[in-house]
Amino acid sequence: MPVSFQNDKRMPQGRLAVTSYVIVGMIALLLFGFWRLQIVDSDRYAQLAERNRVRSIPIIAPRGSMLDREGRILVDSYPSFSVLLLRDAPGQVERLLPQIADGLSMTLDELKQEIDAARAMPKFQPIIIKPEASPSDIAFIESHRGDIPVLEMLMVHRRRYPHGDMLANAVGYVGEVSAEQVDASDSKLKPGDTVGKAGLERMYNDTLMGTDGMRRVIVNSIGKEVGRLEQQDAIPGKPIQLTIDYDLQAVADSYMADKEGAVVAMDGRTGEILAMVSRPTFDPNDFAVRIPTAEWRSLNTDPRTPLLNRAIQGQMAPGSVFKIVMATAMLESKALPADFTAFCPGHADFYGRIFHCWRPAGHGVTDLHKAIVDSCDVFFYTIGQRMGIERIHDYAVGLGLGRRTGIDLPSEETGLVPSEEWVQRVFHHKWYAGETISVSIGQGAVTVTPIQMVRMIAAVASGGELLQPHLLKNFTTKTERFPLSEETVEQVTQGMYGVINEGGTGASLKLQNIEFSGKSGTAQLMSYEAGNRMGKKGKETNGWFVGYAPRRNPEIVIAAVVQGSSEHGGTTAGPVVRDIVKAYYDKKTGHKDQIYTVKDKRPEILPTSVNDPTLANRQTDLGQVGGQGAPGIANPKATR
Amino acid sequence: MRQGASIHDYDWWLLITAYAICGIGVLEIWSATHASHLAGMHTHQMYWILLGTILMLVISRVDYHRIMDQAPVLYLIAIVALIAVLAMGHTRFGAKRWLPILGGFLQVSELVKLIIIIVMARFFAEVRTEELGLGDLLKAAAVIGLPLVLIMRQPDLGTALVLVPLAAIGAYLAGLQWKHAIAILALAALMLPVGWHFLKPYQKDRVTTFLRPEDDPRGAGYQILQSKIAVGSGGFWGKGLGNGSQNQLGFVPVRYSDFILAALAEELGFAGVFVALLLYMFLLLRLVQNAQRAHDRAGMFLTMGVAAVLGFHVLVNVAMVIGYMPVTGIPLPLMSYGGSATLFVFLALGLVMNVRIRRFVN
Repeated sequence: MPVSFQNDKRMPQGRLAVTSYVIVGMIALLLFGFWRLQIVDSDRYAQLAERNRVRSIPIIAPRGSMLDREGRILVDSYPSFSVLLLRDAPGQVERLLPQIADGLSMTLDELKQEIDAARAMPKFQPIIIKPEASPSDIAFIESHRGDIPVLEMLMVHRRRYPHGDMLANAVGYVGEVSAEQVDASDSKLKPGDTVGKAGLERMYNDTLMGTDGMRRVIVNSIGKEVGRLEQQDAIPGKPIQLTIDYDLQAVADSYMADKEGAVVAMDGRTGEILAMVSRPTFDPNDFAVRIPTAEWRSLNTDPRTPLLNRAIQGQMAPGSVFKIVMATAMLESKALPADFTAFCPGHADFYGRIFHCWRPAGHGVTDLHKAIVDSCDVFFYTIGQRMGIERIHDYAVGLGLGRRTGIDLPSEETGLVPSEEWVQRVFHHKWYAGETISVSIGQGAVTVTPIQMVRMIAAVASGGELLQPHLLKNFTTKTERFPLSEETVEQVTQGMYGVINEGGTGASLKLQNIEFSGKSGTAQLMSYEAGNRMGKKGKETNGWFVGYAPRRNPEIVIAAVVQGSSEHGGTTAGPVVRDIVKAYYDKKTGHKDQIYTVKDKRPEILPTSVNDPTLANRQTDLGQVGGQGAPGIANPKATR
Repeated sequence: MRQGASIHDYDWWLLITAYAICGIGVLEIWSATHASHLAGMHTHQMYWILLGTILMLVISRVDYHRIMDQAPVLYLIAIVALIAVLAMGHTRFGAKRWLPILGGFLQVSELVKLIIIIVMARFFAEVRTEELGLGDLLKAAAVIGLPLVLIMRQPDLGTALVLVPLAAIGAYLAGLQWKHAIAILALAALMLPVGWHFLKPYQKDRVTTFLRPEDDPRGAGYQILQSKIAVGSGGFWGKGLGNGSQNQLGFVPVRYSDFILAALAEELGFAGVFVALLLYMFLLLRLVQNAQRAHDRAGMFLTMGVAAVLGFHVLVNVAMVIGYMPVTGIPLPLMSYGGSATLFVFLALGLVMNVRIRRFVN
């Protein structure tokens, strides 16, 4: 069978040998490729594999709550979920954006904005695209784990202020840490952390803020969690107990609700702040998620300055309340005899200028006691002129004016007590003697904060104990002494007793069986400069009332100021001071039911604290959220 | 003529090498799938190996000259099968490559590869001149061109490309002239931009991603990137069988088949890869040696055809795993899971045995 291709023995041995070498060369080349990947770059790829495999999910530590002096919750936290976007897969993310936006009920632009904002962050770090996930968002993420693997949920603890704007200016608010704060924190803070931005939240941030934990989980190629490597539990922040008495706070709050001004109530023996109100105010809950830029701008630029804590930052002319400083200075300095009298015809002439008394008819012959009770301006003009600005300045500063009280809140203001040196330094001219006359009745350049007024009155009534006011219950107070003689204290406090109990400017505020004393003030302008600038001189007034009880060594001292009313301080600010004093005594004597407060308006106090360890440990498994009905809306009551 | 080849005439070194590779493959298929819903694949693979062994023994008993006699008929069958698969084939993974046969699905192009090896061997064995003339070259191109185009239509670029080195090695051994070689290369370079237009979008993607994988780490580049991560993270000794995170967590694409070497590299490290590649080298060199010792030119071409196809598979697959070549979907011979592919390799080895046991004839 002659088949054409058989038995042809010619073999291309040379070319066959070449193929052998080609084979060896090929295998060598491939081995070289493996050698490069597995030996040379092995560490890099091992890291990449680890990053593929392991996903780190932060466990956010709940922030410590704030309790009032009786343990009632003023501020707490609740668990909620944020939506995370995993961006280590850029191509995929781009493609899925419309679907994601739709599923999370956001617009595509909003979503892109969130992503653009995080451009600078490393790609492997997930970003929060929606701070508070709704139940439908959670359902969406759970049901699309397969086809949208770039979404993840993060359990966070949201700050909650159950009483809304009550105490807002003192408590402050939280927000995302700023770059400067991160730099200054000695690596204790990291970008994205929630920290206190103002008030007590900021002051006691280190205590309140816990340490975030971390959970490292193994995920498969579609992002499904298949195992857990390690878990470092979050250390919850510690709660702090405040000196605030919720009941008194509620009294002050409801009175001030529709007013502008501030109220501070302090324990005259310890410096504990029992109530603090500043109006207008804000709702710190607005800051607990992420405050919309527009809202933030409006809060910041509102001419009524809702973010200002008037109790410690509002620098206002004290008006006639300053007469207590004047009286103390007069008696202590002995510049004038204690029984000095002046005749008040309703006005007086100093340096060729007429200064009016608030009562056009005049007070007639007036001694110090009568001058305090009836708040006679002419009497204080006269002693002011006799004492001179330097002496007034020294006593005012001695009693804590013109300097910070040292309260445990950030950004306290100093107020201003003018002096010759100050005028020289700031305005480069000599002191006009006429200014002394204005200062004598708490006008002119002198400004004070409500907290300074409280402290000053407490010091006068207690013989010179200048307490350091504070909001934290467990606080070591520094007491400063500015000794006052027994005679001085007796005479000035008798005067303040008379204001209320002897038909003085606060006669309408009288309380049965309580040595309620005080001093009213009606300042004609907000401040020396501001008043001029605003051209409101003499039109609007700040109505002050500073009251305390009992007459000597007070238990409770309260300063209230109502701004922008044209009425007398005893009328505008007096009632709230009286109400708080009454509420204090009602509580003390066991007549809790008589507390002068609008009970119906009192928000129900939540029975549990988020610092309850059972709740802190209730870290919901991210992978199992779907099965829990409505996660993130944990009912705190259920934990008890 | 010596009657009946004895059992000793088989190339036992070649067989041992082949089964060693199969063993590694089965082990790695087990490792890659045991913890998933694909568990049990390694058992299937063993059945394929067994079936392949039987087919190998059968085909080795039929004198390869008689098989080559039927080359024109086989060629016709191949063309018809390819047309049939285009007309009524079963679509899987977006490509029509399977024909329902014997209750299963046969990947027709694997059968075609085998037939083209035979056809090419026959074609070149008939060339009587010392040097390969231009006419023969054009005829060879035509013979291989038809099935190539049909396979590309499936589309199965990888298998289609396998036919090219097959023809190239054949031509080279048949006395390809340098001037022709250079002309072909030049022509190919010129045709490259034209050919680009005929690629499917996903094929273009694969090429572009291969050139710039960073552009799209989740799309087409994802597979190569994940494969490289698997390989690189394996280090020298590997993470241990069943411990490769890239493999076990599904980051390595089709880890039991096309990317099985990535899974192996991750779990058994450079050491494992080294052994595997040496086995392949030994297998290929052994094929060349069998060709050198073949009884005649026909046997030599047949054996070298097998060597060309297997060598090309190894090169393209392994290069893909380490990112040296784009993703083509070419399995690693004897190691990747797959019935048709495994049967093809054993049938091809059967042809080689066939040539070997007849080396002393006459």
